[in-house]
Amino acid sequence: MIRFILSKLLYLIPTFLGITIIAFSFVRILPGDPVLLMAGERGVTPERHAELSAQLGYDQPIVMQYFEFLGRLLQGDMGNSLVTKKPVLEEFLTLFPATVELGLCAILIATVIGVTVGVLAAIRRGSWFDQISMTLALVGFSMPIFWWGLLLIIFFSGILGWTPVSGRISLLYYFPDATGFMLIDSLLSGQKGAFTSALSHLILPSLVLATIPLAVIARQTRSAMLEVMGEDYVRTARAKGMPQYRVIGIHALRNAMVPVVTTIGLQIGVLMAGAILTETIFSWPGIGKWMIDSISRRDYPVVQSGLLLIAALVMIVNLLVDLTYGLINPRIRVK
Amino acid sequence: MKHLLLCASALALTATMSEAKTFVYCSEASPEGFDPAPFTAGGTFDASAHPIYNRLTEFKKGTTEVEPGLAESWDVSEDGTEYTFHLREGVKWHSNETFTPTRDFNADDVIFSYERQGAADHPWHQYIAGVTYEYYTSMAMPELIKSIEKIDDYTVKFTLNQPEAPFLANIAMPFASIVSKEYADTLDAAGTKEDLNNLPIGTGPFKFVAYQKDAVVRYTKNADYWGEGAIIDDLVFAITPDAAVRLQKLKAGECHLMPYPAPADIETIKADPNLKLDEQAGLNVGYLAYNTTVAPFDNARVRKALNMAINKDAIVDAVFQGAAAPAKNPIPPTMWSYNDAIEDDPYDPEASKKMLEEEGVTDLSMKIWAMPVQRPYMPNARRSAELMQEDLSKVGVTVEIVSYEWGEYLQKSMEAGRDGAVMLGWTGDNGDPDNFLSVLLSCDSAGEGGANRAFWCNEEFSKLLKDAKITADPAERTALYEQAQVIFKDQAPWFTIAHSTQYVPMSTKVSGFKMSPLGDFTFETVDLAE
Repeated sequence: MIRFILSKLLYLIPTFLGITIIAFSFVRILPGDPVLLMAGERGVTPERHAELSAQLGYDQPIVMQYFEFLGRLLQGDMGNSLVTKKPVLEEFLTLFPATVELGLCAILIATVIGVTVGVLAAIRRGSWFDQISMTLALVGFSMPIFWWGLLLIIFFSGILGWTPVSGRISLLYYFPDATGFMLIDSLLSGQKGAFTSALSHLILPSLVLATIPLAVIARQTRSAMLEVMGEDYVRTARAKGMPQYRVIGIHALRNAMVPVVTTIGLQIGVLMAGAILTETIFSWPGIGKWMIDSISRRDYPVVQSGLLLIAALVMIVNLLVDLTYGLINPRIRVK
Repeated sequence: MKHLLLCASALALTATMSEAKTFVYCSEASPEGFDPAPFTAGGTFDASAHPIYNRLTEFKKGTTEVEPGLAESWDVSEDGTEYTFHLREGVKWHSNETFTPTRDFNADDVIFSYERQGAADHPWHQYIAGVTYEYYTSMAMPELIKSIEKIDDYTVKFTLNQPEAPFLANIAMPFASIVSKEYADTLDAAGTKEDLNNLPIGTGPFKFVAYQKDAVVRYTKNADYWGEGAIIDDLVFAITPDAAVRLQKLKAGECHLMPYPAPADIETIKADPNLKLDEQAGLNVGYLAYNTTVAPFDNARVRKALNMAINKDAIVDAVFQGAAAPAKNPIPPTMWSYNDAIEDDPYDPEASKKMLEEEGVTDLSMKIWAMPVQRPYMPNARRSAELMQEDLSKVGVTVEIVSYEWGEYLQKSMEAGRDGAVMLGWTGDNGDPDNFLSVLLSCDSAGEGGANRAFWCNEEFSKLLKDAKITADPAERTALYEQAQVIFKDQAPWFTIAHSTQYVPMSTKVSGFKMSPLGDFTFETVDLAE
């Protein structure tokens, strides 16, 4: 098992190096530079432009800049934001819990509903439930997140008034950050109604963020279940008179879960992409919104290091997913 | 932490006792920081300079008129190069967890606030690595200010290198906010210099309480304020970048006032009985700048003919949905020295066609640049360009519309020999006509790094601006600017499009909000009905 983990970790090194190159070049390929965008309509003299570029270190050849970036990275220095002048890592850590809270909630919704719907659709293959749920899954999969979020806000917050429009908690509650997770902090604060307020603020954004993963998971679960249910051992289990719930729950579902867990793991990347739009719509102070702001301002250090941190995160999650295969299916460990 | 908890319990208390008034503003962007000097975004000034700080001079609420601020009065020398400011006494600095002021505001603070921006060797110039003072530089303060002297604790003398009429307006701008030298010294001693930006201390109507990044900024009323203090007790900025979401929050009562509604939502807002809408002509201009260095656009009659071919009112109706005034001058009508006697070129395709023929221009094809983003002075540049394209085709001019990514657009549009007319605009910084005319149309700004995108250099026009800048008498200055506008209209370096109207939607519970022509959002005058 340890060798298995080590070999997986070794693979991460070249991947990570590749990501540093992509993260570094991505924001520089975009036209326009931070100095120009700062100056806006006013314009900036060539002398001042050169002076500012030199101060920021952008007068160096691009390859030198890359090695400078890599060198600092190895010392744990991710640079400072050009806009706020604060260390990138500090900003990331401030905002990260908000994204994790939203992401976990979304993946929970997507997994619970997605797997349930997928299993039911597989069992009742061809029924109206199967057809309707799979059509909805297709719609969900193709949903433009931005529009969908706005639609839900207008309906549930605007017309029905059931949920708050945006933010993480009602502004009447105010307590210092203990963990950065609003659900936990609101409980710790001991203020009456704070937890309910935080929870109600979480509902819509996590539903929106869960939409695409939910659709994917439901479809994947259904097809994996259908495949497994045609296997000999399922037929054997049925033939020996095992109750339906045991056949489905133990024999079929457990084996069908391998591709589903992979899908869930892959959805973490999709989730990060979705978080960018969801956070912007719901004024959710997480890293998705932070990245969008930074890209539009060409805040090079934030974009490159932010991308790197997000990529590292996705890589770690994928590694954990790989490891869980071993738990579900011991044969993979041996390979 | 203790302080935070105290505030927390205080706020929780205020939530239950409905006596304390909490005003929530759905702001559009996260502040870049809270030091008023190094940043440039309007949203940052609304969160830092306006609530927390004061300046020597201030813009009178709702106008661009300059009135005394931390300087109670001032004397200007005969030649206009020496300004002696008499400072207000008894102005208290805010306090926070780590800092309790031992003295009131005085001359040392003024000198500190200017010198840290101007002197590259000042210990506070680079107190955060990479910090720059863009407004100080772009308002030409380094070239202008020769020296700043402390006469006594409450008198400061500024000596300028040359007379500068807009000086008093320049120092009312956010970048010239006065910060506490004593606080800076305390932070220096504690080794936490960056807290000047994180935990601001000012003299303004609101005290900073806390900032939760990208989410909420909290302030509380400054009970010791030297002027007419705030009416509300607590001020909260709920950062909400999307305009549609801001409106939903306003409707749901989650905030009381919002900036920058989407033009398409104006009718909905007007129809809502719980909302009201303040409107004001904006201090801005949207324009199409010809490249006056390239034939046939170097001919003023050709430019005028093209201007006459475009139906301006149709653009105002279709693109601005009526929320703008058609522009005939480069400065907006709300600005002093606006020359209302000038008549706009009529919309007359027939005459336009004839004029073009007279100038020997046939089968002209040109490019029109449309910026890719919505700006305060232009809701939809592409749509405007399409209308222009259609109008110009009627006089036999073929138009190709081009666009680039915003940063690239700004850069490429200033490249010498540029092909095509560029759509762009401007929003005033300090209410002075010089801030429009010199920046956008003078010979000095026609070169690289300037903002004169018509590359138009008219010696007579530029001379008038220079004279006006060193003239102290407002009546004389007005006459000079009025004359400059006549030359502008005659030479037509731009097609002036419109001055867009600004809207501020708010709950009907809100009273006393004063719109600023400069686009600032300030809340010391607002009140909230229960």
